[in-house]
Amino acid sequence: MIFSFDLLFEAVLFGVLLGCFYAAVSIGLSVSFGLLDVPHVAHPALMIFGSYCTFIVTGWGLDPILAGVVLMPAFFVLGVLIYRFYYETFERRGTEAGVRGLAFFFGLAFIIEVGLILGFGVDQRTVQAAYIGSSLSIGDYRIPYRMLVAFGVALLLTFCLSIYLSKTFTGRAIKAVAQDEPALRLMGANPVRIKQWAFGIATGVSALAGAMVIIVGPVEPAMDRLYIGRTFCVVVLAGLGSMTGTLAAGLILGIAESIVLMMLGASWAPAVAFGLLLVVLGIRPQGLFGR
Amino acid sequence: MKDSRRKVLKAGAALAATAAASTTFPRFAIGQSGPIKIGMSMPQTGSLGAGGQAALLALRMWVEDVNKRGGLLKRQVELIAYDDQTNPANVPGIYTKLLDVDKVDLLIAPYGTVPTAPVMPLVKQRGLLLMGNFSFQVNAKVQHDMWFNNAPWNDASSWSDGFFKAGQGAGAKTVAVLAADNDFAQNLANGARTLAQKAGIKSVYDQNYPPATTDFSSLIRGIRAAKPEMVFVMSYPNDSVAIIRAVNEIGVGPQVQIFGGGMVGLQFTPIMTSLGSLLNGVLNYNSYVPGMKYPGIEDFLARYTKRAQEAKVDPLGFYLPPFNYAIGQMLEQAVGATRSLDHKTLASYLRQNEMKTVVGPIKYGKDGEWANARVVQAQFRGVADKDMEQFRKSERQVVVYPDAYKTGSVITPFEKARTAK
Repeated sequence: MIFSFDLLFEAVLFGVLLGCFYAAVSIGLSVSFGLLDVPHVAHPALMIFGSYCTFIVTGWGLDPILAGVVLMPAFFVLGVLIYRFYYETFERRGTEAGVRGLAFFFGLAFIIEVGLILGFGVDQRTVQAAYIGSSLSIGDYRIPYRMLVAFGVALLLTFCLSIYLSKTFTGRAIKAVAQDEPALRLMGANPVRIKQWAFGIATGVSALAGAMVIIVGPVEPAMDRLYIGRTFCVVVLAGLGSMTGTLAAGLILGIAESIVLMMLGASWAPAVAFGLLLVVLGIRPQGLFGR
Repeated sequence: MKDSRRKVLKAGAALAATAAASTTFPRFAIGQSGPIKIGMSMPQTGSLGAGGQAALLALRMWVEDVNKRGGLLKRQVELIAYDDQTNPANVPGIYTKLLDVDKVDLLIAPYGTVPTAPVMPLVKQRGLLLMGNFSFQVNAKVQHDMWFNNAPWNDASSWSDGFFKAGQGAGAKTVAVLAADNDFAQNLANGARTLAQKAGIKSVYDQNYPPATTDFSSLIRGIRAAKPEMVFVMSYPNDSVAIIRAVNEIGVGPQVQIFGGGMVGLQFTPIMTSLGSLLNGVLNYNSYVPGMKYPGIEDFLARYTKRAQEAKVDPLGFYLPPFNYAIGQMLEQAVGATRSLDHKTLASYLRQNEMKTVVGPIKYGKDGEWANARVVQAQFRGVADKDMEQFRKSERQVVVYPDAYKTGSVITPFEKARTAK
């Protein structure tokens, strides 16, 4: 074990950047699973689909982040369609059918994965940008620009979604659906349309998250499997549906993982991250910022 | 009546003898109908999928070639391959299906150590011939006497010896070891640790990282803090790309003489092309690089490139495809010479004879690994970005070990090698 305060500081710094990346890739799930209670296990697969779409769009000369933003409306529509299908075939038939919807989302994830293999092959795909592969040097410290980009996007996404959910009418309606769906119905609002809209937002956000993933590292079709555990861990640790909680949970996981990777035993990193989740849930079953 | 009873008894005896022969005696294929089935699982998706698909294409090319020549024992050859998704948990089930449902005649192992390890107990228990496919030391503990690996290495020293010698030649006395937490990397890492200890090289950093590691910046920073003079990395393709990127961003320190060693993936064309100039200076193992001369390899690679473009797999195919084609060639020679599909007979032939393949002559040792290892350590130099064709030139990967294939000397330290042409 190597220890120095310099190294500890750097581990925390890398952890903050990594944590923000984890928050960026989990925030869409925080809306779909955390607020809407939809067992959206296909979220990472849609995100990787977003990475591949980013790969295509950057081929036309666009910057990867800009590509992610450009793709968001198309992914929003895709999300609306997916939710509509899920609602008609599973959710409207009651809670039990909703649980069976888990199989639907697993199926969707497999279809996306196989589709990507057929379309792109199994080779890794990467994108090029000025901030990929270079770093910011401050004294002896070097901070990868790609992680700084993920940091910035995560903060911006969290801020925008928090403002949207608390300050706009539709945003408040989405929160209301999460809290008391029958009451919202009595108020004259259509919960299905609200949920459809929210699921569209969650899927739109996953396009930008996908752009983040391909900026941080190369992607391949089966990569979604790496993110299932981690994204659900962040959302549950945060407390279902909390945007600021998602950022905080991402930071906790990122910092814990970075310190363990750099200074203790790297093999322990996943155990420490998920151990933290168990401890937090033991003390606060509703998560850090749960309702 | 007597006659007819005798006929019935004779027919019954003949039937019993046939039934007994089919279970007791070796299976002779001559006169049998239907194709000879060769079965395998292959990672076609997941982290080894890119390599697996390229390897599978080469095997299919051999099947087409051998069928054009009339097949094996005058029977056509059929290859049955299932995708194991680079998930070792899927492999035993696939091989059980191949044997019990598909009734295959011969078996080939999946590409890679991790997917191969779970099938070893099965083939040992059933006494079956298994042609290995670029795995590392999976037979070291199992000691199956019908295992024959197509990979050009044998023990750990055959893989890492060249790396350590290059480092020691540059005056390095300390090493950092970074290894993935899987069978392949751990087998190699244990061998490397033993070698380093014997050579008096001090270990200043030794970490195993979990397979789901997202970003390697923290690990590379840890290595930099330990100030090693050699960095020996054993990683799988996705990790290798992330590690090379992190090294470029964070740096490993000016004292590092050589970096690399056992990074899987830096032999695959799409990865080499996408990393481009970031590869410069890395000293890594390889099975084949342009400039190594074997009868038939250039013709094979020319044919392979055309097929690979259609199939959207590794277009250069230096690393795995020729060695997979060689598996077919070895089976063809063994079956042709023994006129048999009996696994013991074939294993005995493979053990005693030198095989002629597109990757040169192969002679097996007692453990089913190559008697004379042929792993090269090659240093990337002068690699430009976004240019796949450059890797056809021998100057881009300079072989520094072994002497028989040497095309140049290693450039040290690592920082200097990164800018060398």
